[in-house]
Amino acid sequence: MPQIGFLLQWVVKAMAVVLAITILNFFLIRLAPGDPAMVMAGEAGAADQQFLDRVRQDFGLDQPVVVQLWTYVKNVVTLDLGQSYRTGRPVTDMILERLPATLLLTGTAYLLALLVGPLLGALAAMRPRSIFDSLLMVVSLVFYATPIFWVGLLLILVFSVQLGWLPPFGMHSMIPVTGTAAQILDLARHLVLPAITLALFYIAVYVRLTRASMLETASLDYVKTARAKGLPEWRVASAHILRTALIPIITFAGLQAGHLVGGAIVVETVFAWPGIGRLAFDALFQRDYNLLLGVFLVSALMVVFFNMLTDLVLRIADPRIAGRA
Amino acid sequence: MAFLKRYAENRGAVAGLVILAVVVAVALAAPLLMPGDPMATRGRPLLPPGGDFPFGTDMLGRDVLAGIVHGAKVSLMIGLISTVIAVLIGVTVGAVAGFFGGQVDDLLVRVTEFFQTIPSFIFAILLVAIMTPSLASIVTAIAVVTWPPIARLARSEFMSLRRREFVEAAVLSGLSRTRIIVSEVLPNAMSPLIVMGSLMIATAILTESALSFLGLGDPNRISWGYMIGAARTVFRQAWWLSVFPGLAIALTVLAINLVGEGLNDALNPHLKGRMRIET
Repeated sequence: MPQIGFLLQWVVKAMAVVLAITILNFFLIRLAPGDPAMVMAGEAGAADQQFLDRVRQDFGLDQPVVVQLWTYVKNVVTLDLGQSYRTGRPVTDMILERLPATLLLTGTAYLLALLVGPLLGALAAMRPRSIFDSLLMVVSLVFYATPIFWVGLLLILVFSVQLGWLPPFGMHSMIPVTGTAAQILDLARHLVLPAITLALFYIAVYVRLTRASMLETASLDYVKTARAKGLPEWRVASAHILRTALIPIITFAGLQAGHLVGGAIVVETVFAWPGIGRLAFDALFQRDYNLLLGVFLVSALMVVFFNMLTDLVLRIADPRIAGRA
Repeated sequence: MAFLKRYAENRGAVAGLVILAVVVAVALAAPLLMPGDPMATRGRPLLPPGGDFPFGTDMLGRDVLAGIVHGAKVSLMIGLISTVIAVLIGVTVGAVAGFFGGQVDDLLVRVTEFFQTIPSFIFAILLVAIMTPSLASIVTAIAVVTWPPIARLARSEFMSLRRREFVEAAVLSGLSRTRIIVSEVLPNAMSPLIVMGSLMIATAILTESALSFLGLGDPNRISWGYMIGAARTVFRQAWWLSVFPGLAIALTVLAINLVGEGLNDALNPHLKGRMRIET
């Protein structure tokens, strides 16, 4: 049963990576300036030694490093990421509250990029050097070079400030709307600009990747054979070229999925979108390192998850990979 | 000459080189073009473009054009230095892994894969925040999150070159391993590394602009990302505060990407037209 062996290997590898990230996270917390005691003392305005000692004891900071690391790993395993230095609330709760907003934003942007990018890239590859192809190449090159926060600001200037079509920030209107349909519409209207902002960069990448990959596959012998058999061009493109050409796209999609949270920090900041990206930005400014590291850990876990998922999807798309193992 | 000819065949690459040359010239001549501190107040706040200030002034009355001219230096410098460091780390790791193989290779591949798993932008934010924002911390953070693709590329180049006859000959003739790696194998692995390195400068400039936009720039130096970020609260009334610095970033990054593709066509003719996308 090679499949079970693969799955087992898969789980062991994922666990090793998660453990390594957890340990890295622990040392980053220790490197961060000021320990929770100092931060809380600053908040409380009372910084006598007794107070500091008590807080350090509460947080286990008076223990040896190895003991602290062990406690930390144990806590992470039970999903306890400690408390926010600022609010004293559990970091896990704060992240879980915000996670749906980020998943909605990144998920929409991800699907949008995956639908539009490869489609445009494939169309361009079918007619290389046509006007459509050249134009698309230039546009994608421009978006590949443009900072996403700037795209977001420009979209707000045009579609919110000038045209007044879409709301410039937030997830819901200030004045609450009633009725489920109206609420969904309200949310969708708020989602349009940030999702497009986040998707545009990736659309540009997918367009170029798909086009290059399709052109390369199209020159392979088996595609020539398919043409020689007299198959119609659309069938050659869809059944013969696309399947092979999809492999680098799936690989990139897997890498990208986990990294979307990084882009979300910037986009959520521009659009005041209440997700974990915005939470990380606020934590950064309040020097709430424990919270910031919690967001880091959660997004690293997402990367591991998506990398593993990509491995699985690739094995389905490309039987050669399964044979190689 | 063949190199120049192949490069010049790519019109986009020539345009990119011209734009990049202008940006570099502006960065070098910044103290002459716009003397004085770009962080200093020069006029009334929020003046629209025109008159004494072709790009307007910001909410503190600073000249936007002066900021863009001086910001060019910061962007290029950070892009270049962080890439050089990333390439040094990446090539060292990749060369050792690819040349020696075996357990050393296994270990280094694991480490590289691990660094590729870490979400790079958040990691960069954390590193800069922990080290406190400065030119050095930004450069370090960008280098730390960008070396893995270089290492993978260098490793695969070294692995294939390792088995070539001229390397075997050098081993048999008793040259030291360091000498073989540096003076025999490395020169033959250079072209793809140069291409990837040039594209990494573009990515590094984008990363720096995003860090500065979030307020993690060097507080003592003006940069394009900082200008956009600082004007975020007033950008709806004063479009020029975000539009001009953003154009500067996009043009510079575009130019570097075009140059990178031109180098790819010229150095690796067999890969012509293929774009490398690595994360």
